[in-house]
Amino acid sequence: MTALAWLIPCALLLGALGLAGFLWSLRGGQFDDLEGAGWRALDDEPPGDKS
Amino acid sequence: MAEALIDGAGRADVFAPATGGKPISTTLVIENMHCGGCLKKVEAALAAVPGVVNARANLSAHRATVTHTEGSVDIARLVGALERAGFKAAELAQTENADLDAVDKDYLKRLAVAGFAAANIMLLSVSVWSGAHGDMPPALKALFHWLSALIALPATAYAGLPFFRSAATALKARRVNMDVPISLGVTLATGMSVYQTFRGSEQVYFDAAVTLLFFLLIGRALDARMRSRSAGAAANLLGLRAQFALAVSDDGTTSRIAARALVPGMRFLVAAGERLAADGRVSAGGSEIDESLITGETRPRVVSVGDAVYAGTLNLGQPLTIETTAADERTLLADIARLMHAAEQGKASYVRLADRAAQLYAPAVHALGLATFLGWLAFGNGWEAALTAAIAVLIITCPCALALAVPAVQVAATSRLFAKGVLVKAPDALERLADVDTVVLDKTGTLTRGEPVLRSEAAVDDATLGRAAALAAVSRHPYARAVVRAAEARGLNVVPARDVAETAGSGLARGMASTEERLGSARWCGVEATTDAPLWYRRGTEMPVAFDLVDAPREDAAAVVATLKSAGLAVELLSGDRAAEVARIAEAVGIEAATAALLPAEKLARLGSLKQAGAKPLMIGDGLNDAPALAGGHASISPSSAADITQTAADVVFQGEALAPVLETIAVARASKRMALENFAIALGYNLVFVPLAVVGLVTPLIAAIAMSGSSIAVTLNALRLKRRRLRLGSRRIDA
Repeated sequence: MTALAWLIPCALLLGALGLAGFLWSLRGGQFDDLEGAGWRALDDEPPGDKS
Repeated sequence: MAEALIDGAGRADVFAPATGGKPISTTLVIENMHCGGCLKKVEAALAAVPGVVNARANLSAHRATVTHTEGSVDIARLVGALERAGFKAAELAQTENADLDAVDKDYLKRLAVAGFAAANIMLLSVSVWSGAHGDMPPALKALFHWLSALIALPATAYAGLPFFRSAATALKARRVNMDVPISLGVTLATGMSVYQTFRGSEQVYFDAAVTLLFFLLIGRALDARMRSRSAGAAANLLGLRAQFALAVSDDGTTSRIAARALVPGMRFLVAAGERLAADGRVSAGGSEIDESLITGETRPRVVSVGDAVYAGTLNLGQPLTIETTAADERTLLADIARLMHAAEQGKASYVRLADRAAQLYAPAVHALGLATFLGWLAFGNGWEAALTAAIAVLIITCPCALALAVPAVQVAATSRLFAKGVLVKAPDALERLADVDTVVLDKTGTLTRGEPVLRSEAAVDDATLGRAAALAAVSRHPYARAVVRAAEARGLNVVPARDVAETAGSGLARGMASTEERLGSARWCGVEATTDAPLWYRRGTEMPVAFDLVDAPREDAAAVVATLKSAGLAVELLSGDRAAEVARIAEAVGIEAATAALLPAEKLARLGSLKQAGAKPLMIGDGLNDAPALAGGHASISPSSAADITQTAADVVFQGEALAPVLETIAVARASKRMALENFAIALGYNLVFVPLAVVGLVTPLIAAIAMSGSSIAVTLNALRLKRRRLRLGSRRIDA
């Protein structure tokens, strides 16, 4: 049973990490253009290159 | 004056020091951007414009955000750069779209929190349930309950906030909506669970409360996303119709500015074939104006200096200089807006299906909870056991499935229509459309295409048509264009004639005396008008030839009207045009009830009297004169070619040349109402099974969790069927 002492915090931490990651990506606008993001992944030029 | 003019364009140099101002961003609507290649081209074209700091295109929204230093970039240049790259673009007008986007994101955040909480509490709950009859020490069980409480309390408070707020608003207005029983159920379930956790009891419902919020938020988030997408697409359509005006300063120089930057007193130039950017008075020139968008009248009006002209009308003849009067409260636009506003107020009384269900459901459920409590007391149980049973009843009856029933169907219906180019703008539009029993149509631009075609094909021989078309090719008048189209349709080669003189309001002329050719009104050609034909052609002293040009119905108009009738809908035509024109179109498409020469207020009054007689009219129109009627109808649809204010007033906007989307919309609306009722039945069925168990105190937290998830999933799956379902409307089959 002592395993629970660290397993439960682990489970909660992992869940919280996932939640934080989602909220972070939502705030960063990663869900604004789901279609375009797929295409941008195929773009060979480095990001930020204006040409 | 000249300086004020440049200021009016919003890009004055005053704010931009030589070092460059602070960066601002502009959103552009881009029409034909469909793939990753287009995305790159758009961004490259925009980035190449001097002054642009950053350009980022959004493929899903068909928009691009351009960051540039204030005052350094003219919108017209950005649009021009995109035009050269092959894209049609325009600046996005400010709309409520941004708010909807924010609502969409807010729901997503709450959904994420509820999902996190639900998963973790479920983890703990499942351990407790599986250990319930085993060797789980009570202390560990208590620890798990406390952990659940720790997660559930903040999560419920955050994720449940939209429901609590909406319930509070409804109760304050002495109404009941679906959020009232939801809020009550969630609060009671959480509250009692905290109490039971303190006492170390088994009856802990944290998982039920949080899972319930999770499911409900899925429905709301999808609904918000779909609505924001539709509203965004509608805003794009309006943005692309927005235009530039050629402002004329006092010294005679012209500059291209955004139409909405025009202020009263400013003068602007309208070339032939262009639409007017603002209401005003003609200050120089004379021409013919096509006002069909405003009045429904298809015959152009001749205007000269001093005449009032309206935004959105089309200049057919010579260039005009117009002095803006738009801000004046006495303009037509202001009148229409007032009428529309008044009509909208009458519509606010519509109660949504879910809220009507809640009005029956909430009191019944709460009475049942009270009866359970009293019943348990009467049978000699303690107040605590009685309260536990009563709360179990409230948790089981908490309308998870009931509250999902409508949003789930709405999402399926809206996305099916979206794929067909039909944008549902009002949140309750589909419900109102489903009730419609009368369809009221406007004529010009709605039933008809809004452009004339040659009717008397046989009366005009190829040689005459060819010569007339050669004259007509130099003019932008809709009649002249119709002649050219007719000639091209017959396979004639149209070469524009030289030395053609155009007289506004009369016609075209070329040559002298015996070889003189004239194309224009009957008077212009020296004909005693014996027919209704609006256009004549005469060469020398030969017999004049009549061109019977009429505004033809949309190709599928008659079929659509027939289908509407076969579906049991009454069809009526209300037009601002002349009686003869209206009667002709009414006969062509098969409408018996037609009224002509109506003013905007009279159209609205007709809808009012229909409603008074108990009918639920659907108004379909495109003109500015239809806007009040659209706002006053039980539901309203407009084509995307409609005037801006009209599209804003309409519940639904459809794209394309055909009228058939109207049928699709009505069919889907009816089907979605049917499916919403089916979903209510499913939800009630679940209650019929589980409520008796709750009343006698047999519901464990496990049963509550299963019942809740099971009914929610069943309802959602049922709603999704609407996306692929084959529907019927009257005699027509409508495939997905």
